[in-house]
Amino acid sequence: MSSLAVDDPPAATATPAKVIQPAWVRTVHWINAVAMILMIMSGWQIYNASPLFDFKFSKTITLGGWLGGALLWHFAAMWLLMINGLVYLSLGLATGRFRKKLLPITPEGVLSDAKAALTGRLSHADLTRYNYVQKLLYAGIIAVGILVVLSGLAIWKPVQLQYLTALFGGYEAARYVHFFCMAAIVAFLIVHVALAVLVPKSLRAMIIGR
Amino acid sequence: MGRLRSLLIPGVDKQLLVRDATKVMPDLARRRFIAGGASLGALTLLTGCDVTDSFSAEQMLTQISKFNDGVQAAIFNPNALAPTYPESAITKPFPFNAYYALDDAPTIDGKEWKLEVRGLVDNKKSWTLEELYQLPQVKQVTRHICVEGWSAVGSWTGTPLRDFLKLVGADTRAKYCWFQCADVDGYNSPLDMASALHPQTQMTFKFGDEILPRAYGYPMKIRVPTKLGFKNPKYVISMEVTNDYKGGFWEDQGYNSFSGI
Repeated sequence: MSSLAVDDPPAATATPAKVIQPAWVRTVHWINAVAMILMIMSGWQIYNASPLFDFKFSKTITLGGWLGGALLWHFAAMWLLMINGLVYLSLGLATGRFRKKLLPITPEGVLSDAKAALTGRLSHADLTRYNYVQKLLYAGIIAVGILVVLSGLAIWKPVQLQYLTALFGGYEAARYVHFFCMAAIVAFLIVHVALAVLVPKSLRAMIIGR
Repeated sequence: MGRLRSLLIPGVDKQLLVRDATKVMPDLARRRFIAGGASLGALTLLTGCDVTDSFSAEQMLTQISKFNDGVQAAIFNPNALAPTYPESAITKPFPFNAYYALDDAPTIDGKEWKLEVRGLVDNKKSWTLEELYQLPQVKQVTRHICVEGWSAVGSWTGTPLRDFLKLVGADTRAKYCWFQCADVDGYNSPLDMASALHPQTQMTFKFGDEILPRAYGYPMKIRVPTKLGFKNPKYVISMEVTNDYKGGFWEDQGYNSFSGI
């Protein structure tokens, strides 16, 4: 047995390719992408039933066909969004990923990285480390994600969860919070997708991990 | 659009086809046929196209909506009161909202009108408006929240439904109070018993201290401040206490049946 062990192929010494995005991050990321898009598109159709502002969303980009259909989608996809979101937050905290990847965020760091980004001098050599602008945006969008779910719950259950609704300043105010969270997510999504296309290896890392 | 185009069979008028197809169906099935997007699936099946995906998506959404009924019933707190507001918060003018114009709202003669009481109750007598007005009334100023998203604060006065249920000897272990209304095409809506017994659920006879105007449901509406607006039937003509799920005007078209808030 001992001689066999000596002759064993040195599996452990083979250099494993550096994993940038672990499997659990990739899984929850893409589930979240699907859930968010379903929520946003059905949400736009729901918005159209009683618009908060002087515009409606084009029917070509909404989901559900009519208010009733959109509500069915919205209240189905919310489970996907909430459960997946809870898994993400739990694992992000438990594995220390949030702490390692997103902290610290310093104003100086954000300013200098923002300047570098705008002048095209920001390096993407090491995808395992986020720059300060990324840190700020990713931490920010997690906060907005939590807020959009909470304001959604406040609109959905303004009697059963009336203390939550009151926290947002009442039912009508919670509708506006929910809307602006959506707007922030859509704005983030546009920048996020544009940058992923500009730096394709980051997209590859979110698909195959490396 | 491709799918819509595939609905067309050369040489066949699709409207005539649908009319003929629905004619041979029994009434209930016809309603379901028209109500659900299943009509699209059913039609494309006729043309031999594969739309299993749209079929299963619809079934999945319906199943999740039923699951959501259960979740909402589970988190419904029978003692949690809807927030109340000062009279100064009342929305003026309070919106009229229906699937028809105000001109088409039912015009009911209060002297002729009677509330029919059916189902699992000891006393099935019908009630005149005069008799109902004798019952003790309470006022509430609460927020009406429409499924469309808008909301408005109103003042409603009437008899708590749970007092009336006790009075007529209703079996409160039954699952639903099912209301039928005088609206165009016949509005109806089921109300789960837990919500029917909620202290703020009310047989409403007054709005803003005045006899309920025609726009808001004269002679009687059911005010349920723990439900979305469409679960607050107006122009009520009958109440049935039942264990059967009898569907509702909007519920059959896809609005979530519990629709608690």
